[in-house]
Amino acid sequence: MSDIALDDAEPRTRPSTGWLVALAVALAVLLPYVAPGLFAWAKSYPSAWIVPVSDWLKAFLYWLARDATFGLFTFKEMTRFISGLFGYALDVPKALLSTGINLGEDGAAGHIPRLSWAGIIAAVTIWSYLLGGRRLAMLGFIGFGYIALFGQWDSAMVTLSQVILAVAVGVAGGIGLGILAYRVPRIEGAVVAMLDFMQTVPTFAYLVPLVFLVGVGPVSGMLATILYAMPPMVRVTMMALKRVPPELEELARMTGCEPRQSLWKVLVPSARDGLLVGVNQVIMLTLNMIIIAAMIGAGGLGFDVLNALRQANGLGKGLEAGLAVVAMAIVLDRMSRALVELRPVHGDAAARRRRLFWVGMAALIGFTALSLAVPELERLPNEWRVSTGNMWSDVVSWVNLNLFSTADAIRTFLLIYLLVPVKTFMIGFPWLGLLALVAGGAWALGGWRFAVGMAALIAFIPMAGLWERGMTTIYLCSIAVVIAMLIGLPLGFLGSRSERMHNFLGAMCDTLQTLPSFVYLLPVVMLFRIGDVSALVAIVLYAMVPAIRFTDHGLRGVPANLNEAGTMAGCTGAQRLAKVQLPYALPEIMLGVNQVIMMALSMLVVSSFVGTNDLGKQIQVAISQADPGKGLSAGLAIAFLGIFADRMIGRWVGARRARMGM
Amino acid sequence: MVSLAPVEAAPPSKAAPAADAPAALICRNLWKVYGANAEAFLREHPEATTAEIRAAGLFAAVRDATLEIRQGEIFIIMGLSGSGKSTLVRCLSRLVEPTAGAVFYEHQNLLRMTPAELIELRRHKMGMVFQNFALLPHRTVLGNVAFPLEVQGIGKAEREERALEVIELVGLAERAGHYPRELSGGQQQRVGIARSLAAEPALWFLDEPFSALDPLIRHEMQNEFLRLQRMLSKTIVFITHDFDEAIRLGDRIAIMKDGVIIQVGTAEELMLNPASDYVSEFTRHVARAKVLTAGGVCVPVTPGEALGPAVPARSRVADVAQIVMAADAPAAVVDADGAVLGKLEKAAVIDILVGGAR
Repeated sequence: MSDIALDDAEPRTRPSTGWLVALAVALAVLLPYVAPGLFAWAKSYPSAWIVPVSDWLKAFLYWLARDATFGLFTFKEMTRFISGLFGYALDVPKALLSTGINLGEDGAAGHIPRLSWAGIIAAVTIWSYLLGGRRLAMLGFIGFGYIALFGQWDSAMVTLSQVILAVAVGVAGGIGLGILAYRVPRIEGAVVAMLDFMQTVPTFAYLVPLVFLVGVGPVSGMLATILYAMPPMVRVTMMALKRVPPELEELARMTGCEPRQSLWKVLVPSARDGLLVGVNQVIMLTLNMIIIAAMIGAGGLGFDVLNALRQANGLGKGLEAGLAVVAMAIVLDRMSRALVELRPVHGDAAARRRRLFWVGMAALIGFTALSLAVPELERLPNEWRVSTGNMWSDVVSWVNLNLFSTADAIRTFLLIYLLVPVKTFMIGFPWLGLLALVAGGAWALGGWRFAVGMAALIAFIPMAGLWERGMTTIYLCSIAVVIAMLIGLPLGFLGSRSERMHNFLGAMCDTLQTLPSFVYLLPVVMLFRIGDVSALVAIVLYAMVPAIRFTDHGLRGVPANLNEAGTMAGCTGAQRLAKVQLPYALPEIMLGVNQVIMMALSMLVVSSFVGTNDLGKQIQVAISQADPGKGLSAGLAIAFLGIFADRMIGRWVGARRARMGM
Repeated sequence: MVSLAPVEAAPPSKAAPAADAPAALICRNLWKVYGANAEAFLREHPEATTAEIRAAGLFAAVRDATLEIRQGEIFIIMGLSGSGKSTLVRCLSRLVEPTAGAVFYEHQNLLRMTPAELIELRRHKMGMVFQNFALLPHRTVLGNVAFPLEVQGIGKAEREERALEVIELVGLAERAGHYPRELSGGQQQRVGIARSLAAEPALWFLDEPFSALDPLIRHEMQNEFLRLQRMLSKTIVFITHDFDEAIRLGDRIAIMKDGVIIQVGTAEELMLNPASDYVSEFTRHVARAKVLTAGGVCVPVTPGEALGPAVPARSRVADVAQIVMAADAPAAVVDADGAVLGKLEKAAVIDILVGGAR
């Protein structure tokens, strides 16, 4: 009950202890600089103190793979069984979309064609029209048309078949787990903790053990995708079920529903909108993963992009495949979002919907049947294709010729005056001082126990021997966050001021968020070559969105009467912003910062592809060396950084909101 | 402004159940206390006061409620927000598990029932209307009304036929194929009412059914509700925070404050003999002439006194005011058999109409 008050959220103010803590922090930071000889151990972490976490993890994984057993079957048999199961399941969408079915040996007894490209384009267009009207239909037609015309169809269908299966499993599993957690309060806490962890662990961290346990191939690519895309579905399901009005739950009980009836007839359908938002998220996260999954053998468009990135002159091809990913992502995103908005209708409107659905189905089947007679409908002949490969290569060369000197100047400037000095400072920072800073900050926010927990998270980095890479991560991440905020705050502010700007930014953020993270690397590498600058720019582009969104939303959330009170008190516009709006919106903006940090951390690993030497790099190296221990420990370190940032900001926002009575 | 003519049409008269109708729903010493170990605390302190409960870190939403609701009556539970009326009605239907006490329906203790028995009881004997309608957004009007029957496992054709009958009863036959979001608030609550009646329950709970509607629609729905009750004669537990609604609809009214039932009685009893200042505060601003009956306010006749026209004891003062005022002598208040119970003088009627505070 609300009667039991919780006034304890206020940060404590203990002046005397506060001064002591500040003094201790200052000493830990400064002493190694003042007396380097005496405090060398407090500056660079002594290698004798390093705990061989990587080796332990490695030994554990080897044990899992070789000896672990559940009695009836071994762990290895279980992973084999799971991968076999997924392999069979994947055959279904693959046959439909990509390979068709060969009867007899090698198609000796005939061939059932895959779904015709023309049929798929027609069906996507018609169904888009059903979902979102003419504009969405245009988008669907152009998106899938691009994929077909530009020779990306075969790769795209390999990708799409994996996406379909991953989404199906992710959604079903997510809803199942979400319902379980909702129904059984005892496991809810455990599930939430697991979700928190899963969402902060970068995908790369579990790629390594996954490859180690399941092997390279489409199945492990898909498993990684599902592991990545499912947690948000679980969370969304739990939230959506909790948001069902309590009256509906009471209705179910008063009409005498059995638990199963109340779940499937009342709760789940009433949570439809929320659940569909989750489906949209799963689709987007799945598409986000396709290039990462390609690293462990998933093939498809992801492989094409990856291959292009690895080749010296492949950027043109890479851009073409990357655009196909973008096209698919945008179309699927808008379609699934339109599905959320779709409201039930009756009478003629409902009949029209049914008709459109079947027309789309008929087009799909009709074209496919026709392709038995007209093989061009199954496989688009090469002559019909347009390739921009050359065009994009030309663009790349043009950029190199004309923009290179400018880009290079920017790059050099950033490196010399910003990146290198900060990096040197961060890597040379005394480790004990960092821990003291972390603990002191956490103490001020949440007391002693919180401080110990937070310091332990950060202490993992030097202890596991990851100091240099860890600090590189922190340095890149914090610079990226600062720049993202410097761009995002003013943009968000402008968005909160004008409706037109708001709509424009909304569309821009939507598009930025739809793009899989890897896509950012292509143009950036084109301009800035490989190195920290490219990584930084890619991270900023990717992580900027929440900075804009939360600022805009936070400022718009300031109640009208507060603004009026400010105006009536005689504030100028700037005063109102500084004294009324910003303080009120600050918690919301800080949540945006939190999101920016999370996205930057996840992008860091991706960006290690373009040549940074951070924790992400270590994971990447671990994949190529098949050293699961190193990959896992680096992944844990990133996860701990994420959890640290999340908890610190969460505390601050909570305290601030409690103080403002929100 | 006061006029001698009735300001509005008299409420449709209720088929008032006899005061000696058998009790249908009984609750005895019902408690709902929130907080850790509330049950143990209540076992040790069966007579705990509000202060004691709060001191123990607990919160009493319902304290020691005892009620007898008669068959076929409209029983109103009236209280301001936070008074515990919603919790009480949820204890009566066991949507909320009471901490202590007993609830009897047809001689069975609800609180002793197994989940399966409870499901059976709710499927066939209880219906409930919710404040915010609680319509299932993914189902049409027909689908919503047929829902309780579907849950019982009744076949599609039969349940839709029966649902259509009820939909017709609430006047929504033309909207049966619509979805809730396509309806107005008043129409949505008609669907809620139809749904709660679909399984033909004997016991009908209405939880502030008209609070979310605007005043004009509310009035219309109240009339509709009375019309339905005249046809159906259910045993009704009706919750409201609106005293006007309570006296308009209720046969008897229970007034709740801070989880305690302060007084139970007809509107007239509450007005003539309020148990506390809290109760008289509610009745103060009510048009007394529309509540008080001739029988309730008449005074004994002096032997040999000449009396004017006869008025029935059960009629409201507002309805007979013109007759009394037009006559030369005090009106004779008579019961159903024509026997004179007392007299009603012009001065008394004026006093009631002009409404001096008592």
